[in-house]
Amino acid sequence: MAHRWKSTLSHADVTPYDAYLNRRQLMGGALGLGLVSAAGMARASQADLELNSWEDITQYNNFYEFGTGKEDPFKHADALTTDPWTVTIDGMVERPGEFDFEDIMAEMTIEERIYRLRCVEAWSMVVPWNGFELSDLLAMAGVKPEAKFVRFETLYRPDEMPGQRSAWIDWPYIEGLRVDEAMHPLTIMATGIYGKPIPNQNGAPLRLVVPWKYGFKSIKSIVRITLTDEQPVGTWEQLLPREYGFYSNVNPEVDHPRWSQADERRVGGGLFAKKIPTLMFNGYKEEVASLYEGMDLRANY
Amino acid sequence: MTSVVDTINRLARKVPTAAIYIVCLIPVPVLLYLGVTGGLGREPIKALEHELGEIALQLLIAGLCITPLRRFLGLNLIKFRRTLGVLAFTYVSLHLLVWAVLDVQALDRVWADIIKRPYITIGMAAFVLMIPLAVTSNNRSVRILGAAWRKLHLLTYPIAILAALHFVMLSKVLQPEPLIYFGVILGLLALRVPKLRKKQAA
Repeated sequence: MAHRWKSTLSHADVTPYDAYLNRRQLMGGALGLGLVSAAGMARASQADLELNSWEDITQYNNFYEFGTGKEDPFKHADALTTDPWTVTIDGMVERPGEFDFEDIMAEMTIEERIYRLRCVEAWSMVVPWNGFELSDLLAMAGVKPEAKFVRFETLYRPDEMPGQRSAWIDWPYIEGLRVDEAMHPLTIMATGIYGKPIPNQNGAPLRLVVPWKYGFKSIKSIVRITLTDEQPVGTWEQLLPREYGFYSNVNPEVDHPRWSQADERRVGGGLFAKKIPTLMFNGYKEEVASLYEGMDLRANY
Repeated sequence: MTSVVDTINRLARKVPTAAIYIVCLIPVPVLLYLGVTGGLGREPIKALEHELGEIALQLLIAGLCITPLRRFLGLNLIKFRRTLGVLAFTYVSLHLLVWAVLDVQALDRVWADIIKRPYITIGMAAFVLMIPLAVTSNNRSVRILGAAWRKLHLLTYPIAILAALHFVMLSKVLQPEPLIYFGVILGLLALRVPKLRKKQAA
């Protein structure tokens, strides 16, 4: 079921893509894909969102499979073949199997989600994703009630992903969510940006987007999804457990051991870009705070 | 080999230190221009900060090479050593300025970072240790301080180690590039150890 989460942007905020291209700076742009709500509705926090350009989004990436430099993914991701692509869904599901990407797309309703993306390194962007809710994909396989966590795995193909040839990371990249986080209507699988197929450097053909968590949780180019009752250990958590926790919810009050998380810089602002305050749960507190009720967010970083 | 060394030594005598200053400062306007015009990528602040810091480290290394080059190859570039030190200090100052003004953007946070973040504390310690060296980098100070000047400028060694450590610690995980810098600096310092031992024995 699509469209469970509605943007608070009103139709008046919608800027056509052409106008966007003519005028890089714009307020609360959207592509008009299912973003119609009652005219006169109060603009909520979404309205202050200024979309990052296609160039920002596709030329400044962390995707260590293609190198550790921010431009490495843009430079090297061309080599990746994403067709054919299958996603294995296994573990505690009713109908485990290999799902062809084309078959998944045939079943899913694609909608646009304009989300903030906050990297753990204290930079951020606003991205107009196209995709579907993860819960809809999981429903294809049928999650068994005993499943508590979802484990995700990125493609391992060193001949097309040069970063995987160095062994300092135990490839493939792994990430994990609690089942209730995975089923949350904000959690999506993105397959496009700006209405175009998602570029390889952004995690083609499909990647997770969990907007209230630091970017590294939103694992790219997924080939396996496993439902389990054991908490998965993500790649960064395994590398530096003191710095990167399982939850990694965006939280301006809990600093990274080596830098402050209180504010962030929007990519694309140039040499004199001002810092902006980081929002609790990256601005999605209203939607997701209940998932963590009673939890010590400092201990569960 | 000797003829090559002699040629370089002859050439070095002719090159004024001002030329070294001019050549080594060219990256400053170039980087600023690139930063403003988009040539440093989508996030120019971090790129500029990183470039300035890396050049400072390279100049420190260049300065540390002068003595071994003379001892092992007979190359006499000693007159450029102070120049390289002053240039390194210039780049470190610019690196610090970009970090504080463009990156962190708030004095209270600058202070908090210096106290709370070990890699920044270490980088800052290296900068503070460089200040007396920069202040005494003129001919008058050399004359007045005499033997004490040489002793004071041995601070270059801990400065280089701290600077390299600062670079190693700032990346998300251990990266080859900072480790190479660290290794080169340790190597250049190790070359000096036997000399110290001889001195102590004498």
